[in-house]
Amino acid sequence: MKSLATEERRPERRSRLSLSRRETLWAYGFLAVPLLFFLVLRIWPALQSFQLSLFTWHVDPAQREYVGLDYYRELSTQPRFHRAMLNTLLYTVIIVPVQLVLGLAIAVLLQSVVRLRPFFRAIYFSPYMTPAAAVAWVWGWMYSTNFGIINTFLIEWSIFWEEIGLPWLAVDPQPFLTDPSQALPAVAAVVIWQQLGFQVVIFLAGLQGIPKTLYEAARIDGAGARALFRHITLPLLNPVMVFSIVISSIASLQLFDQVVNINFNNQGGPLNSTLTVALYMYQEAFGRFRMGYAAAVTVVLFALILVVTVVQLRFANRRVEY
Amino acid sequence: MAVPPPAPLTRPTPAREKGSRGRRSSPVTVVAYLLLFIGSVVMFFPFLWMLLSSFKELRDIFALTVLPTTWTLDNYRQVLLGTAFPRWFLNSLLVAGLTTASVLFFCSLVGYVLARLRFPGREAIFLLILSTLMIPTEMLVIPWFVMSSQFGWVNTYWGLIFPGLIPAFGVFLMRQFFTTLPRDLFDAGRVDGVSEFGLFLRIGLPLVRPGMAALGIFTFIGNWNAFLWPLIIARSPSMRTVPVGMAFFSNEAGTAWNLIMAASALAIVPVLLVFFLFQRQIIEGVVLTGTKG
Repeated sequence: MKSLATEERRPERRSRLSLSRRETLWAYGFLAVPLLFFLVLRIWPALQSFQLSLFTWHVDPAQREYVGLDYYRELSTQPRFHRAMLNTLLYTVIIVPVQLVLGLAIAVLLQSVVRLRPFFRAIYFSPYMTPAAAVAWVWGWMYSTNFGIINTFLIEWSIFWEEIGLPWLAVDPQPFLTDPSQALPAVAAVVIWQQLGFQVVIFLAGLQGIPKTLYEAARIDGAGARALFRHITLPLLNPVMVFSIVISSIASLQLFDQVVNINFNNQGGPLNSTLTVALYMYQEAFGRFRMGYAAAVTVVLFALILVVTVVQLRFANRRVEY
Repeated sequence: MAVPPPAPLTRPTPAREKGSRGRRSSPVTVVAYLLLFIGSVVMFFPFLWMLLSSFKELRDIFALTVLPTTWTLDNYRQVLLGTAFPRWFLNSLLVAGLTTASVLFFCSLVGYVLARLRFPGREAIFLLILSTLMIPTEMLVIPWFVMSSQFGWVNTYWGLIFPGLIPAFGVFLMRQFFTTLPRDLFDAGRVDGVSEFGLFLRIGLPLVRPGMAALGIFTFIGNWNAFLWPLIIARSPSMRTVPVGMAFFSNEAGTAWNLIMAASALAIVPVLLVFFLFQRQIIEGVVLTGTKG
């Protein structure tokens, strides 16, 4: 009896003692494959890009020659790269604020209606679910100079107003994608159209996180709709707005799919007017197989995204603190 | 004057209607409906144009009439029988499906471990995974491609799938979900002698279903539409996914707009299905994750 009791107690104590160690073993057992994944397919390739950017490209690593910062020097003098950088920043400056304002406005409107809300939500979200190639085909066709629906509409519209006697309301057909000065905004419009639904979902989620009692209390105090929006919705939505800005900035700085697809036979054209850094990298790496140079481009892109994100988060933090 | 759209297409939800401020047909609401309606016309017109054009005969395409003069299913027949589109469709289903399965399993497992287990190095590992969020895909595709050519992964399904198996954002998302669960649940399970994997599978997972739904939907949509990596790694036409195949469509079909529009319409079907099956979870999932921090 006695010995049995001690024997029973002993394994129990042992398992209690080793509980934390057992948990550690389990944890690392579960994490082994994912950790390997992140090290081998994320961290290591990222470091490799830095390394590749310092060497000439050759399939055989032994034959790659060290060139130091030569590729970065070449970048700094390449007009085409400058254009890509400038365009990418332009896209970002156009896309991010428009998406923020429209996304917030639509979310607030959706929140204020009851009927048909799922229906509207589905419509606003549907472009986000569509492959960029399909989107680009439809929009490219709608933008088409001679047989695009938009220009057809503009012609009809102008005829209507001229007949009525208000010719100053008429709008001439536009070249859109074929004109270097209009192509970038035209592509940006497509991107905004496509990504807007995602922003709406983020803001809807944010709005639902604001306690209803706040509004009720303020309304009892006599606050109007505008005051409610300015003093409750906007401040409480600040973290969501920061999230939205950061996410859409990162996406805009990496713009590729829509730009490639909307002008597939003259990617980045006309005259490099829609070229982005990501597309430039793709063309150098997989069109001309200048992997080292392209790696240098991606390092610059990485730095750009990092700087923009850090600046935005800094700015956002300061604003939250008042 | 605009009136809020009459006979609603969906069932009105009486509970909500009562709770919502009690001023149903105020001018503000009317304006809201009007603006939403105008907005949805702009948002939906390209789809409508695509759909209507996909039923047109080629001669109607350039006539720019809104409705087809004769409705035809010929375009769909040609896309499905005369092009490689069905193969791309299967490739995309396979890639998006397998990736989503892997993401759901691994992200929830890692999220669970980082949220609920205590072990040395936990914070460091979490930070390591989180830090990979900052790396843009563009920076990874060149080394991935070099690696794939070394190991013979170019132009294979594995090559298409491997980069997306465990996204850091998914890990972060699922960790957030698991952190919110009460500790007692797991302690009770432990006392009852449930194994660590059993705790994850039978206690943790069922409680984070909304998060899994949201993650699953966004992963599926993202991979169904993925373009840059499949464009690089799929070398032969038969290994292309839908977005890549469609990008090359002008070469396959001339610029046969009627066929392209039919293919575009077909390309949306799977994501649309996923969306309508799970649309409630999308917002719920984002609500539960995004705004808590």
